[in-house]
Amino acid sequence: MLTNTFVQLVLFTALFTAISVPLGLYMARVFEGKPTILDPLLKPVEGAIYRMCGVYPVTEQTWVEYSISMLLFSAVGMVLLYGLERLQQFLPLNPEHLGAVAPDLAFNTAASFTTNTNWQAYAGETTMSYLTQMAGLAYHNFVSAAVGIAVAIALIRGLVRQSAQTIGNFWFDIVRATLWVLLPISIVLSLILIWQGVPQNFKPYVHAKTVEGAEQVIAQGPVASQEAIKELGTNGGGFFNANSSHPYENPTPLTNLLEMLAIISIGAGLTHTFGQMVGNRRQGWVLFITMTLLFLIGAAAAVWIEQRGNPELAALGINTQANASQSGGNMEGKEVRFGIVGSALFATVTTATSCGAVNSMHDSFTPLGGLIPLLNMQIGEIIFGGVGSGLYGMLVMAILSVFIAGLMVGRTPEYLGKKIEGREMKLVMLFILIFPAVILLPAGVAVVTRPGLAGITNPGPHGFTQVLYAFTSAAANNGSAFAGLNANTPFYNVVLAFVMLAGRFMMKIPLLALAGSLAGKKTVPPSAGTFPTDGALFVVLLTGVILIVAGLTFFPADALGPLIEHVAMLHHQLY
Amino acid sequence: MMRLWIALRTNLVLTLLCGILYPVLMVLVGRALFPFQADGSLIIRDGRVIGSSLIGQNFSGPQYFHPRPSAAGAKGYDATASGGSNLGPTNKALVDAVRARLAAVLAENPGISPSQVPIDLVTASGSGLDPDISPAAAAIQVPRVAKARGMEPPEVQALVRKFTTPRWLGIFGEPRVNVLALNLALDDLQGKANHPASK
Repeated sequence: MLTNTFVQLVLFTALFTAISVPLGLYMARVFEGKPTILDPLLKPVEGAIYRMCGVYPVTEQTWVEYSISMLLFSAVGMVLLYGLERLQQFLPLNPEHLGAVAPDLAFNTAASFTTNTNWQAYAGETTMSYLTQMAGLAYHNFVSAAVGIAVAIALIRGLVRQSAQTIGNFWFDIVRATLWVLLPISIVLSLILIWQGVPQNFKPYVHAKTVEGAEQVIAQGPVASQEAIKELGTNGGGFFNANSSHPYENPTPLTNLLEMLAIISIGAGLTHTFGQMVGNRRQGWVLFITMTLLFLIGAAAAVWIEQRGNPELAALGINTQANASQSGGNMEGKEVRFGIVGSALFATVTTATSCGAVNSMHDSFTPLGGLIPLLNMQIGEIIFGGVGSGLYGMLVMAILSVFIAGLMVGRTPEYLGKKIEGREMKLVMLFILIFPAVILLPAGVAVVTRPGLAGITNPGPHGFTQVLYAFTSAAANNGSAFAGLNANTPFYNVVLAFVMLAGRFMMKIPLLALAGSLAGKKTVPPSAGTFPTDGALFVVLLTGVILIVAGLTFFPADALGPLIEHVAMLHHQLY
Repeated sequence: MMRLWIALRTNLVLTLLCGILYPVLMVLVGRALFPFQADGSLIIRDGRVIGSSLIGQNFSGPQYFHPRPSAAGAKGYDATASGGSNLGPTNKALVDAVRARLAAVLAENPGISPSQVPIDLVTASGSGLDPDISPAAAAIQVPRVAKARGMEPPEVQALVRKFTTPRWLGIFGEPRVNVLALNLALDDLQGKANHPASK
């Protein structure tokens, strides 16, 4: 078992590393407007889109114009999605005649998908029509991912440009991200998924008469096309309630592997896009290696903990030891075809990135097994992270790291030749502080108010973790859940919607301001006092800063949830 | 206002491309290339759908291999209500449920000791529709199924082996037995296909 775990981890790491390099260099060409292999096919489409939208893609935008474009685009998209959910009963492609989505749930879902969170307070198969799924939810899977990539590219431009007023064109960036990156990969991935058994049809639900004579209604739909972009865009909103644990979303170990690779590849690739665009590939590798290091620690820990299983169940005399004919470990909420390794690895991948798709139920993980996904989100989803958001989050941490290094030696810190001064540090601190504020404050309110407490379904410290996980997931725009939490209530729908919006846009705006501020600066040549950011020492410093910031922020809350529960479990305390 | 107009148009144009054209194209191509899979891998006997090879269904008769416990819907294996139990590890309800399932498994399969019962057979899956059980979970049910069908255990054991899917490339995933496929093969072997159990 140990050998197999090791082989799976090593192979998976090798695969995403191998994919990320060419993908990252390709994305650099796409956003620098250089020729690519797909140009003959896509250039005409691109031109047509600009004409239909009335966009002049060569117009450069300041960070303020860029932000306004992003906010307007997202706001309109959110309103359209809300409208689609409310009106779906009058629209086509609704063979099950599903009614209008309730206003609070529709608002929550619109915020959720616009912010790339894909928090789901609904069950897809009984709530959303096929049209809402594809033209509403899957559509936002594309464009929210494109917006994330666009903002990351804008920040890179800010680091590259000198004494510039502008950071690129928002419309150019999202159209290019959609056409050159997201759509082609989604098409290929969809077809592989269909081949493996993921349905792709518009048929009504199938009424089957089972072998033992029972009635079984089997939900259908255009699943594969949505599944592909759900993973690739680190969105994570399942077509079905059970998300990627559903055999129709993730039927085989091969699809499980491909879905994990899809989740992680763009985020990993963007580190190389960054290295290429700033003209020093080592700078990209430093971020990539830091991310991979943190990822492997989390993945190995999660597999190990879940494989040890739940001592309460082992005490009943059940066989929980792994061997050639069973996976053993903690199988509550997990699928046989993925076992412990395929489930714990997926849980790590989906929370290290901002995906939030799940192939096992995190709520039923052991306390420390559930702590790993929680920690991944709490450090800000910068281990590869959401497409775009992972890279810019990591760049913020890099800037904080050089600042701390600068403080230690008493010099003005610089990153990639840009002096980091008061204004930049204020924006960085804003970015870092908004995140815990929108998690801990509302979570604190939820656990002392009646509507907040009403949602908890597991007693004891685990119930607190359910709430903490929900707000962490919402603010981090992850969308995975301790899904037992009964979140489809007006309180959670509305509060979590605002947390998701804050976690997305209140962090993107300081970020774009930072990009604008950096773009306006001159690049100074490195001197003897410059802290080198392309070596092993920086990996160590950066890793340390990431862990210290997250630890100082979230340790008290985590101690009240998963840590206490773990101690209780060891003492055979049940709730 | 100009910007708002652009934002609206861009949303509509990209919805058409990513939200309509792309999924429709995938339906057309998918159903042309992989019609069986695109339509849900449905198993049809005598012109009637009896399930999907990917979706677990409930079996309770002694002559059938039983699937894992399911938290999907009130009775389990409701393929319009997928999901797990979401019971936490220190929740008394979880431990009680597992204890009760273990007792049921032991009662149904005489001669089996708790230490032979693999964890997957007494815990609910994530989807509630898990089509598989582990080979260990199949093995402890062989004597019961063989007895109920008047077959020799090695005969049943051989069929289990035939329907055991190994790890992909020997590395990814876990060895597993598709319960529906195995049970259908048993019925076919005895010429009892298409007949819902009447016992």
